[in-house]
Amino acid sequence: MSLIVDIRKDLGSFQLEAAFEAGNGITSLLGPSGCGKSLTLKCIAGIEKPDRGHIELNGRVLFDSEKRINLRPQERHVGYLFQNYALFPNMTLRKNILCGMTEVYGRDEKERRLQEILAMMRLENQVNHKPHQLSGGQQQRAALARILVSEPLLLLLDEPFSALDAHLRDSLKIGLRDMLQSLGREVLMVTHSREEAYTMSDSIAVMDRGRLLTHKPTKELFADPGSIPAAVMTGCKNIAAAVKTGEHEVEVPEWGVRLKTAAPVREGLAAVGIRAHYFNAGTAHNRFPVAYVEEMEEPFETTLQFRFAGQDPNSAPIWWRIPKDKKPAQFPAELGVAPANILLLYE
Amino acid sequence: MDWYPLINSLRIAAISCVLVFFSGIFFAYYAAKLPRAVKGVLDVILTLPMVLPPTVCGYFLLLVFGVKRPLGALLLQVGIKFVMTWYGGILAAAVVAFPLMYRTARGAFESFDQTLAYAGQTLGLSNTFIFWRIRMPACRQGILAGTVLSFARALGEYGATSMLIGYTPGRTATISTTVYQLWRTNDEKGAFFWVMVNLAISTVVLLAVNLLEARQKKAVKA
Repeated sequence: MSLIVDIRKDLGSFQLEAAFEAGNGITSLLGPSGCGKSLTLKCIAGIEKPDRGHIELNGRVLFDSEKRINLRPQERHVGYLFQNYALFPNMTLRKNILCGMTEVYGRDEKERRLQEILAMMRLENQVNHKPHQLSGGQQQRAALARILVSEPLLLLLDEPFSALDAHLRDSLKIGLRDMLQSLGREVLMVTHSREEAYTMSDSIAVMDRGRLLTHKPTKELFADPGSIPAAVMTGCKNIAAAVKTGEHEVEVPEWGVRLKTAAPVREGLAAVGIRAHYFNAGTAHNRFPVAYVEEMEEPFETTLQFRFAGQDPNSAPIWWRIPKDKKPAQFPAELGVAPANILLLYE
Repeated sequence: MDWYPLINSLRIAAISCVLVFFSGIFFAYYAAKLPRAVKGVLDVILTLPMVLPPTVCGYFLLLVFGVKRPLGALLLQVGIKFVMTWYGGILAAAVVAFPLMYRTARGAFESFDQTLAYAGQTLGLSNTFIFWRIRMPACRQGILAGTVLSFARALGEYGATSMLIGYTPGRTATISTTVYQLWRTNDEKGAFFWVMVNLAISTVVLLAVNLLEARQKKAVKA
């Protein structure tokens, strides 16, 4: 299974330039709203047409501007789960699912597959319901059922949880992940939520303003985002411009500190990032005097804001996140961070 | 009792309504896909009959289909004459009623959730299936309203009709031209009779529509 995408499209305010390959498993396109990630999915499905480029699925060319190939969506065998699930409102669940069986022939065979998918999606009792009578989670499963019976070679999920209530999301996330993994299909998902991307996907591609920046296995991306937008999208709160001062040392002028790093510093360093969870009052590494600014309480964690002693007082304070029960009675005079936890961010 | 105006009016309204139904939907569907500039011009042309006095529409129809005009003369050679014939009334009624169908259908199509059509395409459904089985049912209310309005408008057409086909009892007379003719010749009783006939038809049509809508709402709830 392989998907190769290399497309360009002029969006007026910016250019969409997406080039990536996706293999087996679940791949996420992670980026802020309006960065072009949904548009990328639509181009793959054939709903939107790129200005230039090439799209190939399992060796079959879906789009090629030079060879003037542009298969219709009907010919691409790409399943698309829309944000609002796009169930046909005038049809019952049964008819909706039968709509996906355009290449299944014979009444008995259709009925057999219908019952099979209904059982798999736990929708046996809703077969004669209209879409508006289904709950959010049932709608999601119904839309997925309708796509799966069409036997797509690739599944595209466009913000699959955005139409659901927050309390439903977490349980459905796990359910959908397990189901997709058991199907063993290639999946490309679009999301702006790093939690969703982290839970659901094997690898993540970060997009920003139409550009695809980094594409890495999920854990690797969070451990080493590599660029400023990727660090922001993976939830890094503290980012500041930095310059290389040694093989394992960088200077951060805004914070007024020099930091030791575990990884060797390459040329072209733009900034460093430190995740809010990684400060530690006990470590001797990268230890500097700090001054308390203010704090913000959340249900299970506290965010403490501080500045380094040598830091510009007009610059943004630094975030330190700590579970409530681990919060020190008195704000420490010095804080440190392990060299391995300094994220090196390049141009 | 001569029922010719009733029969003539009903067949003119029914046939022009069918023509307007398909042409209105066709133009509404394709106009929505055109580039903005072309769409604006086309929209003005297609809507003009709604704001022009019907007599002006009739004038233009005579300009095109008059037997001494090129097209009218050509049609006459193959035995088709829209002037002073009952089926000329279909042309007059269709032209005047068209914008009502076109505009209501366009409004309905524009509010259609396009992702439903995209979903159909990615599932492998043909565009014809998507149009008739997904888009049209979703736009049912607007299409139905447009059809009824067009039928009612066609039934009540007077201006363009009288310009193009005039009033010949038993040949081109419709209810509305009969009402005028009888009233003009001081047959007030006759005029009143045909007014009541027209009122009765319009009331029945509107009642039927309301009944249909109520039934659909019930069906959705059930």
